[in-house]
Amino acid sequence: MKGSTRARVVAGMAALGLLLAACSGAKTETGGGGSAGGAKGTVKIAINPWVGYEANAAVVGYLLEKELGYKVENKNLKEEVSWQGFETGEVDVILENWGHDDLKKKYIEEKKVAVEVGPTGNQGIIGWYVPGWMAEQYPDITKWQSLNKYADLFKTSESSGKGQLLDGDPSFVTNDQAIVNNLSLKYKVVYSGGEAASIKTAEQAARQRKPLLFYFWEPHWIHSQEKFVKIDLPAYKTGCDADPKKVACDYPPYVLDKIASKKFADTGGKAYQLIKNFKWTNENQNEVANAMTNDKLPAEQAAKKWVDAHKDVWQAWIPTS
Amino acid sequence: MSAVPVAVGRRFAWPWQRVAAAATVLGVAVLYLAFRGQYVLPHDDDAGVFRALNTVRDWVDDNRNSSPVFLFFVNQIRLGVAVLFDTLQAVLQGIGWLGVTGAVGALALVLAGWRTALLAVAGFLAFGILGLWEESIDTLALTLTAVLLSLAIGVPLGILAGRSARFRRLITPVLDVMQIMPTFAYLAPMALFFLIGAPAAAIATLIYAIPPAIRITALGIREVPHASVEAATSMGSTRWQLLRKVQLPMAKRTIVLAVNQTIMMALAMVVITALIDAPGLGEPIIQALERVNVGGAFDAGLAIVIMAIVLDRLTVRASQRVDTRNQEGRSSSVTRRRALVLGATAGAGLAIAAGAATPQGRDFPESWFFSFAQPVNTVVDWVETNLFAVTDAVKNALTAWLLNPMQHLLTTAPWWLVVAVVFGLGLRVSGLGPALTAAACLTAVAALGLWQHGMETLTTVLVAAAITLAVGIVLGVVAGRSSRYAAVQRPFLDAAQTMPSFVYLLPAVALFGATRFTAIVASVIYAAPPVIRLVEEGIRGVPPTVVEAATAAGSTKGQLLWKVQLPMARHALLLAANQGIIMVLAMVVVGGLVGAGALGYDVVAGFAQREDFGKGLAAGIAIVLLGVMLDRITQGAGGRSAAEQAARHTG
Repeated sequence: MKGSTRARVVAGMAALGLLLAACSGAKTETGGGGSAGGAKGTVKIAINPWVGYEANAAVVGYLLEKELGYKVENKNLKEEVSWQGFETGEVDVILENWGHDDLKKKYIEEKKVAVEVGPTGNQGIIGWYVPGWMAEQYPDITKWQSLNKYADLFKTSESSGKGQLLDGDPSFVTNDQAIVNNLSLKYKVVYSGGEAASIKTAEQAARQRKPLLFYFWEPHWIHSQEKFVKIDLPAYKTGCDADPKKVACDYPPYVLDKIASKKFADTGGKAYQLIKNFKWTNENQNEVANAMTNDKLPAEQAAKKWVDAHKDVWQAWIPTS
Repeated sequence: MSAVPVAVGRRFAWPWQRVAAAATVLGVAVLYLAFRGQYVLPHDDDAGVFRALNTVRDWVDDNRNSSPVFLFFVNQIRLGVAVLFDTLQAVLQGIGWLGVTGAVGALALVLAGWRTALLAVAGFLAFGILGLWEESIDTLALTLTAVLLSLAIGVPLGILAGRSARFRRLITPVLDVMQIMPTFAYLAPMALFFLIGAPAAAIATLIYAIPPAIRITALGIREVPHASVEAATSMGSTRWQLLRKVQLPMAKRTIVLAVNQTIMMALAMVVITALIDAPGLGEPIIQALERVNVGGAFDAGLAIVIMAIVLDRLTVRASQRVDTRNQEGRSSSVTRRRALVLGATAGAGLAIAAGAATPQGRDFPESWFFSFAQPVNTVVDWVETNLFAVTDAVKNALTAWLLNPMQHLLTTAPWWLVVAVVFGLGLRVSGLGPALTAAACLTAVAALGLWQHGMETLTTVLVAAAITLAVGIVLGVVAGRSSRYAAVQRPFLDAAQTMPSFVYLLPAVALFGATRFTAIVASVIYAAPPVIRLVEEGIRGVPPTVVEAATAAGSTKGQLLWKVQLPMARHALLLAANQGIIMVLAMVVVGGLVGAGALGYDVVAGFAQREDFGKGLAAGIAIVLLGVMLDRITQGAGGRSAAEQAARHTG
């Protein structure tokens, strides 16, 4: 019985200790950018799930580590979860943000936990694409007016008798259902579920000459592999996408930008400066993304390859002290 | 299996029963034709339930740093789990590859013998050779965190459930829900309460892995012979003494089995938690898939499979040794054993010291790296280009002739008719209680505002389950009749069960497109192994004397199968059906990632998009409801409750 008495005492002590610890209360805000305040802090970069983004993160991360001596922690998160990370201190910076005015309003204006850090220099295009061979075979297919004429081509087992428009990951920006409804297109929006599933389907369509109409975007490395042609939807005018249910126009051109947590912006020092200065072109990004996907290089090696070849570009980002 | 089930066709022995059945079918058909397209509940993305759940989310977001529930409870748990994980991770990374491999080898030598020790050492070396040492160790640390916590909570609860029937009844439905709830569905709530990162991942894994710990422990306690318990009680043992001196020692082997199953479940979950930023092997898998690099994902998937096999063999062998040691008594080899333990400890100590102190022992030498990425990608490319025509045709035919008509039927039938049919089926197969539960579950799906998506998912699940059973029965029968084939098949089954589904998802997309059919293929790969195993076990369970008698009486091989082996294995077959359906359902969400739509996509969207949080959570609940419904309908056929089956046959 001695043993069990001792066990009870230990358990009691442990419970007491837990209680004491609990009395102080625990908030979720961890150090955040605070830890990056010193010369060799840690920068927590959100990694959103598409390769272009990873290219940005790879190069910025590489420079932070090799040129400035920071430690970089990559956080693999979807777009919206990354924004939540600003509030909890899990994320310091998002390196390629596509619009998201609703999130900007919530986290920058209302909660004041994030700030805009300026454009990445990349121009984003979202739209509907068909494989290049289709544009050659049916020259007028790229006008939205003739989409109904060709709807039968795009029929699949999933599109219940209509043409199929293949959308992507649920977290991507899309108005496609509204556009289909409001332009009276005889199409059904089918969700592939993710970027990888879309890419696979697009590759098959290009190589096996299968008809495909799909939601996609630029910059993306796939455009350097296979030819895809964008469909001309009714041109975008400011405000035509104001009411999400009434959209009947193309997507706006996106100026992709960077977002940082307020804390990181205040205390991030040189790391924040470098991220603020970071700005490059679609070609730059595609070069890195292409090395990562088609040459199957790990992110760090792809970044190194680019950094070694383009000192003139990134030299300007390094903060002078 | 002692009572041999008699003639299968007996239910229809009397003509009036046949007439009644025909009349029922006819009645349903007439009602369907009369009310087709009416009383359907079309999907509305903006249902009231979804909005209400969103409000809950917003409250949590706003009160995370002020409400006492969070300050003194939720956040404390998170910090505690974080400390445990960080410690394990730091220790394992700190002693380097040499230290970890040495320690695991020594542990395996002492607990499970030299064969297992060799396997363990080879397995851990493989992590390094695949260039995935750090990721593997992170996964190991995360798995250990979740398993330690699961056992710390689960074993006491299991003992309680083993000793009190009332507590067991109370906890069983909770465990059912925990196991059927798709893993994706609780990632979003996890991130909401415990934020992102390792602690949230460990807690999510714990929820998934704890049910077998509780169930199997309870089973072990209950299996202690009544006579032993009575003898101890009559000699004046207190309840505590009874537990410590009689029940626990006698249930030891079963409890080790609980540890084994908990580890396997945890390993299946840790990959998925990479979606909420958990460290480990899940990360390279998901990243490789984003880059459409199946070969890259294969390496990491292989590492998971190896880890599962090593930990499985280690615990299984350990439990067998517990048995034999108990029987042998301890006298004979005490000195030899002591020497073995001493030697193993010394070896491990040396390895740990070398691993912690030298850079060669800490970082795995890069010159040993080897990757399967290149060959796997070549194979996958070939398959994708050359088999596409065939697979595309198969997909189109099955979709047009089976999937679409069935989905049309279910989505255009009035909802009350579907509920009534489910009730009728449940009544016929399993009795009144289960039938009521099944009907109630289905009604609740309608109340959640997810009727249409629920019916679409149900269609996919039924078709996938039918294919799973067909494949499972054929392969199971073959394996049951040929030991040589069974031995060849076994490693493939192990791999199919532990290889994360993400890995084979992409080739499946290339072959079948982003469709419901791809989800079905993934479900079949995932759910067929346990069905095959159950069927094989059933066929083998037929007493050899019966087989001999039938052969002597002049049965052909075919007659033997149809007239003797299959009817006598009926019980196992029905059990397999029940298990297969539940496992197929578990894959439904993953189908949402490859174009299967419906509830799976709702869950995925809820995880990715703020305004869809409520819908995603509701869809997760709807999947559980469908699971309980399918289980209740089929459990009567299996002759045993799902709870016990899960306890016996998981993994």
